[in-house]
Amino acid sequence: MITTFLIDSLDRRGRIVVGLLVALALLVPAGNLLVPEGNVFHVSTYQLTLCGKYLTYALLALSVDLVWGYCGILSLGHGAFFALGGYAMGMYLMRQIGTRGVYADPLLPDFMVFLNWKELPWFWQGFDMAWYALLMVVLVPGLLALVFGWLSFRSRVTGVYLSIITQALTYALLLAFFRNDMGFGGNNGLTDFKDILGYPIQAPGTRAALFAASALMLAIGFVIASAVVRSKLGKVLVAIRDAESRTRFIGYRVEHYKLFVWTLSAAMAGIAGALYVPQVGIINPSEFDPAASIEAVIWVAVGGRGTLVGPLIGAVAVNFGKTWFTGVLPEVWLYALGALFVVVTLFLPRGIVGLWDKLVTGRAKPAVEANGAGRQTGEAA
Amino acid sequence: MAFLRLLAILAALIAGLQPALAVRIADADLSSHVVALGVGGFDAAEKAIADLAATGDDRVPTILDRLGNGELMVRKADGAVFAVEKAGLDFRLTDLVTGVGAGLAPKAAVEKIKVNNRIRRAIASAVGALTLMSPDPSVRRAAAEAVMKSADVAAIPVLDQAIAAETVADIRSAMLAARATALLASDAPEADKVASIAAIADLGSRDALGFLSGYTSAEGAVGAAARKAAAVIESRLMLWDVGQNLWYGLSLGSVLLLAAIGLAITFGVMGVINMAHGEMVMIGAYATFTAQEAIRSSWPELFDYSLLIALPVAFLTAALAGILIERLVIRWLYGRPLETLLATWGVSLMLQQAVRSLYGANNREVGNPAWMSGAFAVGDIQVTWTRLWIILFALAVFFALIGVLKRTRLGLEMRAVTQNRQMAAAVGIRTPLVDALTFGLGSGIAGLAGVALSQIDNVSPNLGRGYIIDSFMVVVFGGVGNLWGTLVGALTLGVANKMLEPYAGAVLGKIILLVAIILFIQKRPRGLFALKGRAVEA
Amino acid sequence: MTDKAEGSLLYLDDVSVSFDGFRAINRLSLVLEPGEMRAIIGPNGAGKTTMMDIITGKTRPDTGDVLFDGSVDLTRLDEAAIANLGIGRKFQKPTVFESHSVEDNIALALKARRGAFAALFHRRSSVEQGRIDALLETIRLSEKRDLLAARLSHGQKQWLEIGMLLAQEPRLLLVDEPAAGMTDAETAETAILLKEIARTQSVVVVEHDMTFVRALDVKVTVLHEGSVLAEGSLDAVSSNPKVIEVYLGR
Repeated sequence: MITTFLIDSLDRRGRIVVGLLVALALLVPAGNLLVPEGNVFHVSTYQLTLCGKYLTYALLALSVDLVWGYCGILSLGHGAFFALGGYAMGMYLMRQIGTRGVYADPLLPDFMVFLNWKELPWFWQGFDMAWYALLMVVLVPGLLALVFGWLSFRSRVTGVYLSIITQALTYALLLAFFRNDMGFGGNNGLTDFKDILGYPIQAPGTRAALFAASALMLAIGFVIASAVVRSKLGKVLVAIRDAESRTRFIGYRVEHYKLFVWTLSAAMAGIAGALYVPQVGIINPSEFDPAASIEAVIWVAVGGRGTLVGPLIGAVAVNFGKTWFTGVLPEVWLYALGALFVVVTLFLPRGIVGLWDKLVTGRAKPAVEANGAGRQTGEAA
Repeated sequence: MAFLRLLAILAALIAGLQPALAVRIADADLSSHVVALGVGGFDAAEKAIADLAATGDDRVPTILDRLGNGELMVRKADGAVFAVEKAGLDFRLTDLVTGVGAGLAPKAAVEKIKVNNRIRRAIASAVGALTLMSPDPSVRRAAAEAVMKSADVAAIPVLDQAIAAETVADIRSAMLAARATALLASDAPEADKVASIAAIADLGSRDALGFLSGYTSAEGAVGAAARKAAAVIESRLMLWDVGQNLWYGLSLGSVLLLAAIGLAITFGVMGVINMAHGEMVMIGAYATFTAQEAIRSSWPELFDYSLLIALPVAFLTAALAGILIERLVIRWLYGRPLETLLATWGVSLMLQQAVRSLYGANNREVGNPAWMSGAFAVGDIQVTWTRLWIILFALAVFFALIGVLKRTRLGLEMRAVTQNRQMAAAVGIRTPLVDALTFGLGSGIAGLAGVALSQIDNVSPNLGRGYIIDSFMVVVFGGVGNLWGTLVGALTLGVANKMLEPYAGAVLGKIILLVAIILFIQKRPRGLFALKGRAVEA
Repeated sequence: MTDKAEGSLLYLDDVSVSFDGFRAINRLSLVLEPGEMRAIIGPNGAGKTTMMDIITGKTRPDTGDVLFDGSVDLTRLDEAAIANLGIGRKFQKPTVFESHSVEDNIALALKARRGAFAALFHRRSSVEQGRIDALLETIRLSEKRDLLAARLSHGQKQWLEIGMLLAQEPRLLLVDEPAAGMTDAETAETAILLKEIARTQSVVVVEHDMTFVRALDVKVTVLHEGSVLAEGSLDAVSSNPKVIEVYLGR
C-alpha cells in the first residue's frame, strides 16, 4: 500500500527525475569501473566523488525546500542536521579504524588518545555497529528537530524570528563542536577513515557504491517528498505557508503539521550528511557554520522553491559553479555567490524552474513566489 | 643569597619605574662618591656605600646592586670605577654614572672591587633604605610588595626603619605586611607570628592570600589564624571578582549595544532584516583604519585625535553604503522579510570580498591614541581606558539616537512612516527618502560601532560576521521596535555572559547563553519589552 | 458555571480585555440562542473584531466567561480546538489559500479528521467529493473549481470563504463584514445565502452596511466602546436616542 501510495504521488516530471537518478546510479559507476580510461564515456574517480557530493547536497536542498518552499519555514540552520548526520556516520567510520590509527588503540580514536582520555565516552558506545550508526544518522537530527520544533512551533515563533533562532542553534552547535571536551575531535573533526561496512573507503568500487547509494537515496527522498507534498497534508502545509491563522481557524493544529515536516526534513538532511562524509573523507565543525546553512537555502532559491525539481537543479548548478570558480577565479567566487543571492531574490523569485515554466512551457504555475513566504511572516511580524 | 635576589628585584624595580620624583645630584658629585668605592679596604668601602646612599640619587641602587654582584672594577691607571662586562679576553667598561661606554681594557689594567658579607649587608640595607624610603611613594609601595613576595628575614631591620618613617597609611600597611611575612618565615615566637598574620590579613590582596595559603595547614595558633584570615580575604576577593566580572560584562554589553543599536533601527523600527549589518560595522572599522593611515602619513601630530576624526568618516561611509544597499536592493523587497534576509546576506558576501580585495585578507592594525591606552585600578578591579571609553561612547550613541528619534524632524517622519506608511505619504512625507535616510542612519551607527570595535578587535574582512548573530539576539531578546529594550538586552546579555564565564568557560558560557535565548524566545516570542495588542497582530 | 448559560449556544458574561491600557472590550455580555442569527453593528473601534478574536481563541480575555453550548469554556482552548468544536469564522479581509485551487480550498476546509497523519494518508472519498460539488454549487463557483484562488475577484473570494466556512459544518458561524467590497447585486445575494445558512446554523454577522443588515431582518446588537449599547430589532435600535448619539454625535 505504501509503495503504490508513493509511486502514485509522482507526476510526469517526478517520474523523469526518479528515472534519471536511477539511471545515474547505474551508469556513472559503470562509466567509472567498466569503461577504460581515455574513452569519452569514462568517468574519473575524482568526477564520480564530486558528483556524489553534489547529490548529497541536492538531498540537503530538497530537505530545505520541504520546509521553506512548502511550509514557509525559512531554516537558516539546516546545516546543523546535515552535520549531525555526518558526525553520526563519522563516528561509525572512526570506530572502524580500530588499531590502524596512529596510536593503534583498539577502542579509542586517535584524538581521544591524544587528549589522554582513558575510556570511550558513553555517547560513542554502539557506533561500532553499522545499524546503530545508521539509526543515529536519522534519530539524532530528527530528535533535535523534534524538540526544537515542538518548542518553537508551539509558542508560535514564526518568520524571521524562527530563522534567526535556527541560525543561533547551528551557531551554538558550531561553538560546541569546536570544543575538545565535547568528544568529537574538536577543531579537526573526524577524519582518516579506513573502512565502511568492511570495504576500504578509498577503493574505486566503494566510491562507486557510495555514489550509487547517494543517487538512490536522493531518488527515495524525492519520492517521499513528492508523496508528502501531494497529499492532503502537503496542501495543508501550503495553506499554512499562505495564511497560517486562517488554517488554524479552519481547525488544523498548525504546530503539528509544521513539526511533522520539520522533523522529516531534518532526518532527510541527516541522511544527506551521512552520505556526504564517507565521500569527502572528513567531517569537522565548519559544517555547522551558519554561512553553510544559508548557502543551502540559496541552492533552493536558485533552483526554484516550492517545486521538487528546483532544489536538485539549484544544488548541482550552484556547486558546480563553486567548483569551477574556486578552481579558475577563486577571488571572484564570493562576488558571484553574493550576486546570486541578490539577483535570484530580486529577479528570479521562482528560480530556474519558474523561469523554465515561463519560457518553455508557458504554463502559469501557482503563485508560489514571494507573496507566499512574505505574507506568512508579514502576518506574524 | 635570597637577599641578593631581592636586591636585584628592587634595583630592577627602580630602573623600570622611572619614578616621577627622580632625585638626581650632579654627575660629577656622584662620580666622586663612586670613585670612593674603589679606594680599597672594607672599612672605606662601607663608608663609601653609606655616603652613596646618603645622596639619595635614584641611580645608586643599581650601582650598589652591581657592586654586590661583583661587576664593578677599578681602572688601575686612574682609580676610576666602572661597570664591566667580559668581552673576549678584555673587559668592556661602562661609566656607572652616565651609562656611557668607556672602551675596552685588558685584564691586567683593571682590578675587581672585592665584596664580603659585611659589604653585602651594607649594600642591602642601603638599597632597602633607598627604595623603601624613597621620596617617591610608588617606589616605596613597589619595594614593600617586592619584599613581601621574597619574605626575606634580613629585610626586617630596614623595614622597621621605613615603617617608622612612613606617612602614607596604605604603604605603611603594605610595609607592615611585608615585615610580617618576613617574620613568619623566621623563627620568631608564635605570638609574634599570629600578630603578623593579622597584619597580612589587613592587606586583603591576592598576594596576601597566596602567602597565607602557605600557613593554613600549619599547626597550632599560627595555622588557625592563617585559616581564618584566608577565609576573610577569600570572601572579600570573591566580592571583588564579582565586581570585576560585572565590569567585564558591562564592557561586553556596551560592545553588543554598539553593534546592535543600528540593527534596532533597521530591524526594530523598519522591520528590515539586514544580514549585511555586520559588514556596516566592518566598513566603519576599515574607514577608521584608512583615516588613521592618512593622518599618520600626512598629519602625524593629529594622531591622538585620529579616532575623533574617524567618527564622521566612518559614519558617513557606512551610511552611504547603507543608503546604496537600500536603494538598490532592499526597497524592492519591503514586506518580504525572508527575501530581504537572503539578498542582504548576498550583499554581505560581496562587501567582505570587496574589502578583502582592497585591503587584503590580513588583520589591519588600528592604533590606540594615548588617552585610550593604559589602565587604572578601582579597588581590585582593573579598568582599561579603552573599555571605559567604549562604554561611554556606546551610551552616548544610544542617547544621541533616542534624541534624534524623539526631537528631530527626521525622527518624527521616521516614526510616522513606520506607523502608517499610507497616511504618512498622504500628509506629504516622502516615504522613499525617509526609508533611505532611516536605513542610512542605522548603517551609519553601525559604522560608529566599527570605530569603537577597531580598538578591541581585529580589523579583518570577517569582523562583521562575528557580531551579526549576537546583534540579532540582543534586538530580539530586548524586544523588536524598542530601543530601551535593546539597551537592557545588550547589557543583560553582556553581564550574563561574563558572569557565566568563570564557571563554564568562555565557549560553553556562550553556548549556554545562546540556548537560553532560544528558550526565552519560545516563552516570549516578542522579547523582553514587547509591544502588545492590536498594532502587533495586524 | 452560570445557570443563565444553560440552553444558550454562545454565552459571554462580563468580558473585558485591554491592550496596553486601552480597553478594547469592556464588561461585554452577550447571549446567543441555538439557531439564532444576530447582526452586530457599531462604529469603528467598538470592539467587534476583538469580540470575534475572543470567541475564536485568538485573544484571551482578561476577565469574564465565554461559554459555548452552555458549558464549554472557550477561554481555555486554542483556535484549532475551537474551530473543531464547530465555530467557523470569516475574516473581514477575505483570506483564502491563494496558491490552491478553488476546489482544494473547499476540500481543505471540509469537516474531517484534522490530525497530521490522517491528512498524510487521506484519500478523497466519493461522499466528500459530493459535498465539495454541492458546496461549489451553493457558492456559485462550480465553473471556477480548477482556478487558483488568487485569480478570483474580491467578491468571489468572499463567497469562497463562506463556502469554506460551510464546509467545516460549524454550529456557529462568525461572519465579519461579508458585504465589504461587494457590488449591490452581490450584497443582496450574500444576504439571501446567509439567511439560507441561518436555517440550520447559528450565525453572528458583523456589518457596517445598513441596507445589508436590514435585508437580514434579524435581532441587532449595537456595540460601543467595547460594551453593548442597545439590543433589539433594527428599527428599535435605530430609534434609540443613545444609538443616534453615538452614530451622529451630539
